[in-house]
Parts: sequence; structure tokens; C-alpha cells
Amino acid sequence: MIKLDAKIPQGRLAEKWTNYKESQALVSPANKRKLDIIVVGTGLAGASAAASLAEMGFNVKVFCYQDSPRRAHSVAAQGGINAAKNYQNDGDSIWRLYYDTIKGGDYRSREANVYRLAEVSVNIIDQAVAQGVPFAREYGGLLANRSFGGVLVSRTFYARGQTGQQLLLGAYQALMRQVNTGKIKLYPRTEMMDLVIIDGRARGIITRNLITGKIERHFGHAVVLATGGYGNVYFLSTNAMGSNGSAVWKAHKRGAAFANPAFVQIHPTAIPQHGPYQSKLTLMSESLRNDGRIWVPKKLEDAEAIREGRKRPEDIPDEDRDFYLERMYPAYGNLVPRDVAARAAKKMCDAGYGIENNPTKEGVFLDFKYAIERLGKKVIEERYGNLFEMYEKITGDNPYETPMKIYPAVHYTMGGLWVDYELMSTIPGLFVIGEANFSDHGANRLGASALMQGLADGYFILPYTIQNYLADQINVEPIPTDHPEFEKVEKEVQDHINHLMNINGKYSVDHFHRELGKIMWNKVGIARNANGLKEAIEEIRALREEFWKNVRIPGSADGINVELEKANRVADFFELAELMAIDALHREESCGGHFREEYQTEEGEPLRRDDQFMYVAAWEYKGDGNKHEWELNKEPLIYEETEVKVRNYKVAK
Amino acid sequence: MANKTINIKLRVWRQNGPSDKGHFETYELNDVPTAASFLEMMDLLNEKLINEGKDPVAFDHDCREGICGACSMYINGRAHGPDTGITTCQLHMRLFKDGETITVEPWRAKAFPVIKDLMVDRSALDEIIKAGGYISVNTGGAPDANTIPIPKDVAERAFDAANCIGCGACVATCKNHSAMLFVAAKVSHLALLPQGQVEAERRAKAMIAKMDELGFGTCSNTGACEVECPKGISISFIAKLNREYLKANLIP
Amino acid sequence: MAGFLSSSIGKKFLMSLSGLFLILFLAVHATLNSLLLVGPEAYNEAANFMATNPFIKVMEPILALGFIIHIVYALILEVSNMGKVGPVGYKMAKRSHQSTWSSRNMIYLGLIILTFLVIHLANFFWKVKFGGAPEIEGTNMHDTYKLVTDLFKSSLIIDIIYLIGAIALGLHLHHALWSAFQTLGWSNDRWRKIWSVIGDIYAIVIAMIFGLIPLYFYFIN
Repeated sequence: MIKLDAKIPQGRLAEKWTNYKESQALVSPANKRKLDIIVVGTGLAGASAAASLAEMGFNVKVFCYQDSPRRAHSVAAQGGINAAKNYQNDGDSIWRLYYDTIKGGDYRSREANVYRLAEVSVNIIDQAVAQGVPFAREYGGLLANRSFGGVLVSRTFYARGQTGQQLLLGAYQALMRQVNTGKIKLYPRTEMMDLVIIDGRARGIITRNLITGKIERHFGHAVVLATGGYGNVYFLSTNAMGSNGSAVWKAHKRGAAFANPAFVQIHPTAIPQHGPYQSKLTLMSESLRNDGRIWVPKKLEDAEAIREGRKRPEDIPDEDRDFYLERMYPAYGNLVPRDVAARAAKKMCDAGYGIENNPTKEGVFLDFKYAIERLGKKVIEERYGNLFEMYEKITGDNPYETPMKIYPAVHYTMGGLWVDYELMSTIPGLFVIGEANFSDHGANRLGASALMQGLADGYFILPYTIQNYLADQINVEPIPTDHPEFEKVEKEVQDHINHLMNINGKYSVDHFHRELGKIMWNKVGIARNANGLKEAIEEIRALREEFWKNVRIPGSADGINVELEKANRVADFFELAELMAIDALHREESCGGHFREEYQTEEGEPLRRDDQFMYVAAWEYKGDGNKHEWELNKEPLIYEETEVKVRNYKVAK
Repeated sequence: MANKTINIKLRVWRQNGPSDKGHFETYELNDVPTAASFLEMMDLLNEKLINEGKDPVAFDHDCREGICGACSMYINGRAHGPDTGITTCQLHMRLFKDGETITVEPWRAKAFPVIKDLMVDRSALDEIIKAGGYISVNTGGAPDANTIPIPKDVAERAFDAANCIGCGACVATCKNHSAMLFVAAKVSHLALLPQGQVEAERRAKAMIAKMDELGFGTCSNTGACEVECPKGISISFIAKLNREYLKANLIP
Repeated sequence: MAGFLSSSIGKKFLMSLSGLFLILFLAVHATLNSLLLVGPEAYNEAANFMATNPFIKVMEPILALGFIIHIVYALILEVSNMGKVGPVGYKMAKRSHQSTWSSRNMIYLGLIILTFLVIHLANFFWKVKFGGAPEIEGTNMHDTYKLVTDLFKSSLIIDIIYLIGAIALGLHLHHALWSAFQTLGWSNDRWRKIWSVIGDIYAIVIAMIFGLIPLYFYFIN
């Protein structure tokens, strides 16, 4: 059993972060120069943390698998970033952002962390504007806002449909500035292969240079993982092709608890799958739901006719269209939280109303006809022009004239490595930030909150909390990388690679990954049940065994070998997938993105079971390399100042 | 609707490493769905090569939604292929004809040496940003975001420039392999905003000096870069860069 | 300043300034040439004015310098751009989709114009300056009109050389004006269009004056 001490500071919710900062230990400028920090990943969290730490004077080593830090997948976030600025005078406040986030997460996140997130959200916008992020503005020159799923205020700041790109470029530029000063050493095209722990503390990583294949050792007084989520377990997701869970998984196997792995967000508005060769799913920003109306035909025969191409969606008169979200959730309508919207789409498609001509008949319409009538084409073009263009390039359909087709897709993983209030994992000295940790979104993340959390962690939280850890490390001399522990871990990495290279089986890595994805989507996807999950666990294990017997990796490990990179990642996905299914099976309730069919109300709404499951499930790895086993640790969630309610998006409350 | 397929011939540049001479290799690929993206077609090719025990074609790609800037192929004589306003990953096979031979080459530029096959080293672009492509503010201490109002059209204009994804299509397309559009985009983005004006001169000088040093050619205003830029960045920003640079050097 | 002039933009700055200066010169030159169509007196008077006016005397070496800077820096920039493609070039490049032919071939157009310029100077400038040009009887003024028209009337080959020179100049000018202002930073989405239109009209007018006058004398007058 691990001791899960969240280290939540004393005081009232609104005072905790201030109290923490006032009493925490700091590192003097002279001592910062003596300390090395490793940051893995250069998305919003990693880049902002690395830049901030270097500005403070720490020596930072930054690693990313991409050829440039600017390509990290935060770049693809479209919709926006939340902040409790209340610039719109519509009643927003830190408390309300906090409350929306806790409620949106279905009361499965930690009160103190979420409150702090809401608190620092306002600083992020200030920082980004100072860096030159070209947020949307009103004619008066002040910042514009829009509203987003699951909330009643407009608090989302945006830069067209490319908010993630602009925020990431801000952080990337800050990072490059520190590379220029020499405080950051950058290692692009370098993948973390394992974590090195010495005397119980994280002290370094083993990496593989993706160009030369060289295995290298790196020391750090502390290690920060900012490697994003593990949505690519599903093969098809909105993640980048290279997004992977290996860094967190390797850390997990070395002792870091993995929290709530089953909490996966299925985004409601991706372009539906079009064929078996498909490599990824493309998201259409959630902001589209502000002006688009979601519908399926009321009549089954119309749905069939559309699928078969006998009818066009424009041919269906309004009275034969079922605007099912507006019907089911009158208060929030098309702006219900993501999990609600995703489940509703699945429900309609399962009932036969799906409109896309793919094997599973999965797809619904998102229609801008009404918004164009109301606001004019020009306004819509200004708001969504680039998204519409992208949609047309991909599908060949023009959304100004015919409704978009959308369907839910795996998008974000709320689960991740367990961290305490200081964002430190159960391994001392190993910090986890951004999507890679589990801390702020509970069982479901609200739209435009991922960017907020990544940057909050990187700019304003980790640079403080890491000092509290490092303050007593100032006299620790850098550990030479010929230390036996470095050698041991490097050998294990080498053995792992050799093992994979020597299998010489029949099938490509993608073959196995696709199969894994199918199991996960069908049985650990939008809706889950005990039988399916048990089957999934068996199937995952069998497929994993087959993978280790029959995967084929051409070429050698000494140089670029994309197949080897994929195999490394997929090998970890197999183990992670099993844990996800185990976690989903154990959590006998429905909450947020985790919907267990056995636990729903008579109306089909998710049924939370607070009396039994109001805790963070932090899994501890107990396997031995051949057999994977986990032990469940529980961190109870205590809501001191928040009234726990049933999420209800039928009424505005 | 989506079930149409075509047969194609691919003439792909294969090069084992930076020092290898490299050559074209021709592959036949049948039953390629026209709804597939170009990179999904490349996946099909690689799957086929792997099954035949051959070395798959190396190419850069990541987000596959046109924003990370990783993908970089010169397809049928054009950066990101025969469509405008897109990256290679957004190119779809419906634009190709049955029986067509498709030529795929890496970005060619002295500043972008080939690493393997279609994969090139674009770290020179990072070097240029490193030299000055930022606003020098540390974390914390920024004034309230609404302190300085910025006219909407100025913010929009800054965004137009900030839209650059750093793919390098401009460099690959330019007959001189100049990085002016890339540099212009960043210099203009930041110089347009009041926050970035403070160090605009220093930035323009530093970035141009670095660009000149790294083996890029000079701009001869052919305008080819803006034609192939997947984000449609205008060469008007090059004029803006020139203005900034002349101002920095000639006005005391 | 030394740093500025050795930078890529600095060199281009000199190219565009010298280029704009040469564009101005062409206007003067073309105006003078059109007087050939008016008659011998008008032309000779103007030519004599040009040969004796102190302002023009001062401008002559500056003009020469303008040519030299434009040519030398064109060569410097061209040489510096060589090899920027790296060890291997494209097998297939759809350049015509991406840019105008003129813009890609400014250096070759320039070299054609330079070759023409040498012939042109030998034909007229040299003779007027260093002997060999006819004089108007009773004065010590050169009969430049006769010098010019005799040459144009004498040989179709010469006229064709002049036509080729004029076409090359027109194509060169097609890319010149907006490009010069672009380099000077005096351009944006709107002004680029304006400069292009002005530049194209200018290019056509100049090329017609220079290209058609020799043919006029050969075929018509």
C-alpha cells in the first residue's frame, strides 16, 4: 500500500494556495543555479514549466519526441481557454469557474486543486497577452469571450479556432528564449524510455535518440513529466500520431500510482470515421456547438435514406428533424457537457438514427443553417471559417450548404499519474503536470479547460511547488550517470528493445494497435458494462501475448526506426489498456466520462454512487514483468465547502 | 459515397541517411480509397513494405490535422501537394486520378538536410526563433490582459502572421530557399502588437542575422512562398519585415 | 552600416534603390527617344541639351554608378543563392504555378539587357563621346538623329537586337517596380496591387517605345 498524502494546505478553500505559498520553502537564486531539472514534453505544460523554471535560474533539460518543441499536440487545441476574468460582467468569478469545473468533473476531483486552478486562471490570460498571443478582440480593443459547453457564462478566451496553437507558440517562444540564454538545453527527436530512481527519489531518465538510436542517460535533481494523455490507446483518437503514454507508464511501473485510468473523455464533435485504413480522427471544435444545432432524422427510414445517399440532409424538413439535445436537455441544449453530448449521440445511433455511411452507421448532423439565417453567412464565416474550410478539405462537403457530420471520438484522458497538491507523484522528485496527471478534471473535463490546466501547472503552480521539494536538495551534487542505477535501467531499456527487435513475427505494429483500439472502443468506450469489461481484459491479455510473439519490426535499432518507436509505445498501451479496463470494472457507478450501463437512472442518466465511490482510485503496480497486477489505493474526496449535487443539465442551475 | 478506389504509382525519394546519395524508387499501390488522406495512403504503402520485409518510407507527421507543421512532402512538384491552403496531412486522395504516377520528394534546401527518405532537419527554423522570435517577458508580473486595448483589425492582422506553423514549405518552394516568409511572419506578428513593439528592432536584426548565417538564400520577391504556404501567409508581411529591418538599421 | 549592407536585406536594399533610379532614367531616355518620331530638329536639340546640360553631366557618373551597383549586387546575390537548394534539386517542380516567369529569371533578363547595353553603348554613346558620329553642318553639334536613324535603317538584324533588348527590358520591368517597393517595405496587400499595375503599364510603354522605334525606321520611315 502506498500512503496517499495529498498535502492539502490548511485554511479555507479560497486561502489554501495563498497559505501554501506563504509557508512553502524557496530556493535562493544562488542555489537555483546548482539544480538541474528534467522536463519531458513540450506541450503547454512542459514548455511553460521549462521556460518559467529557466527564467527563475534553474538548469533545465527539455525533451520531446517531435523535431521541434512547437509541434507538441497542444498546438491542435481549437476552441479556447477558460479564465475567471469576468470581463463580460455576466456573473463569473473564481468560485463559479471552480464550481463549474468540480461539477463538470462529476465530483471526482480534488477540491483544493481545482480551486487553485480557477484562481490562477486569470494570470494565464495576462501572461499570454504579454507574450503576444493574438486573442480575439472586440472593436473597442478589449478581449472577446465566448461560452462553452457546460457553463452559463462567457469566459472562454480564443484565437480563432487555433487557441492551442497560439498559446503553445507563446510558451514555445518563451522556451526558445531560455534556450538562447543557455538555461535550457533542448533535446528534440528524443524519447524518454525509462525513469531512474536512486535512493527512492526520481533522479534521471534514459532516452533514445530517434535519429541515431543511441540510448542516453540524463541526470536531474527532479524530473517533470509533461507528456500528455494516453488517448491513443484507442488507436483512433483526436491525439497526434505520436502521442503516447509510455513516459507515465514507465514511471508507473517504477512506483508512481496511476489514478482513475478509466476516465476518458469522448469528444462529441469529431468527423465520423470513414474507413478501416483511417489513421486518426479530426476534431471539429466544440465551439461549433455554440451556433450549430445537432440533429438526426426523426424517422428511421429518413436516416437510412441519408446513409444510402438516396436523400440529402437538406431534404429533411424541420418538423422531421430531431434536435435531440435540445429536446432532452432544454436548459443547456446543444451546450451540454461533452460526456452528455457524446452519450446522447451514441444513444441515437444505437437506435438506428445514425446518418453516416460507415460500418457502424455512426454519425449525427451539426447544422449551421439556422445560425446562418439568424446571423448571416459573414458572421459564421468570421467565427468558424477556417474550421469549415478544414472540414471541406477532409470530407469534400461544404458546411455552409449541407450540415456537418459529426460523431464522438476519444479526445482527452482525465486519468493520469496520481499527484498531490504539489503536483508530485508518489515517487519523490517526480512531478507530473498537464494532461499527464489526474488532478483537476475529475471524471470529465469541461471544454477550454485543458489549456487552462496545462498552463496553470506550467507557469504558476509547478514553479512554486517544485521549490518546496528542491529546497533541501541544494547540497545534492549531480549524480554521475555511471551510477549503477543508471546502468541497470539503461540495460533494461536495451533488453526491452532487443526483445522487440528479435520477435520477427508476421504483423505490423499498427495491426495490433488497431485491434487493441477496437476492443477498447467497443468495450471500454462511451458506455461500459461488467461483462464487456471482463471480456475486454481477457481479449487485451490475449492480444498482448500475440503481440509479443508476432509483431514484426523491420530494420535495426541503430538509427531511425519508426516501427520500433511505435512498438515501444504500443507495448505500453497494452498494459495501460488492461489497467483502464480493470479500473472501469471496479468503479461500479456512472460518473462523467465513465458510464456504466448497469448504473443509470430510469431516465437513462448516469447514476453516481457517492457513498461508495467518492474517491480517487490510485493503482499501484505490483507486476513482475511477466504478469501484470495492480493494487487499489483510495484517496477519499472530501468536499469541505462544496455542496455535492447530482449533475443535471435539464435545468439551469 | 466513400467507397471509390484508385490504383496509383508512387515515385518516392529514398535516402538512407544524410551522406547517402539517394534515389527514386517506384511502387505500385492498388485499391487506394479516394477518401483516404495522402498520409493514410503512405501508411498503406508502408504496411505493404513491412509485410514484404522491406524498410518503410520515413516521413515526418504528427497531428494529422494541419496544425503541427510536421508533415513536409513535395508532391508532384508542389509543397504539400496539388491543393492550396493545406498541409500534406490534409491532402486527400480524391484529388488524384486512377493510374496516375505521383512523385514524392523531400523538402529540398541546403538549410534542411535530408535525415532519411522524406524526413528533413528543420531545426534551422527553431534557431531563428531562438535568436529573437519572442517577447522578452518572464512569467508573472504581466499587467492585466485588458490594460492595453488593441484594435480588432490589428489583432486579426497579428493573428494572420502568427498563423505560421513552421512547416518550411516556403523555404522548400522558394527558388532561393529563403526563409523570409517564415521570419516575416514572426517579426510581423510581434511587431504589430504593442507588447512586441518594445523590442521590434532588436528582434528584426537578430532574426535576420541568424537567417543569413544558417544557409538560407535571399528573397527575390517571386512570391512562390505565399502560394504554397498552407496557412496563406501573405508576402505583405515580408514588406513589413523589410520595413522593420530598414527602420532598425537606418533610422538612428 | 557595414553590417547592414552585408546583410541579405541590405544588399537587396541597394538593388531596389539602384533599380528605382534606373527606372527613372528609363523614363527620361524613353521620352527623348520618342522625339525621334517628331523629327530631326527636335531630337537633335534635345540630344544636344542632354549632352551639354551641367546637371546631366553630373548625373552621368551617378547613372553609371547606378548601373554598376545594380549589376554588381545582382551578381553578388545570385552567386550567394547558388547551392542553397542543397546537394540535390527537385525532380519535379511546378514553378509556373507558384510564380511568374519574369520573377524567376530576373538575372537572365538582366544579363540579356547588359549584353544589349554594351552593343547599344558601342553604337551610340561611344561614337558621340569619342568620335565617329556625324555632325550637323555649320555647327559643332552631333547629328544624333542621323546617327540613330541610319543605324536603324541599315540593318534588320540590329533592329531585331533592339527589339529583343526591349522585350527583355519589359519583362525585367514587369517584376521590377513592385519588387523594389516590396524590398523597401513600401508595400502591403493593397499597394502591392497598385505597384504591380503601374509597373506593368510602365513596362509595356517602355518596351514599346524602345522596341518599336527601330522597326518604325526600318519599315516605315
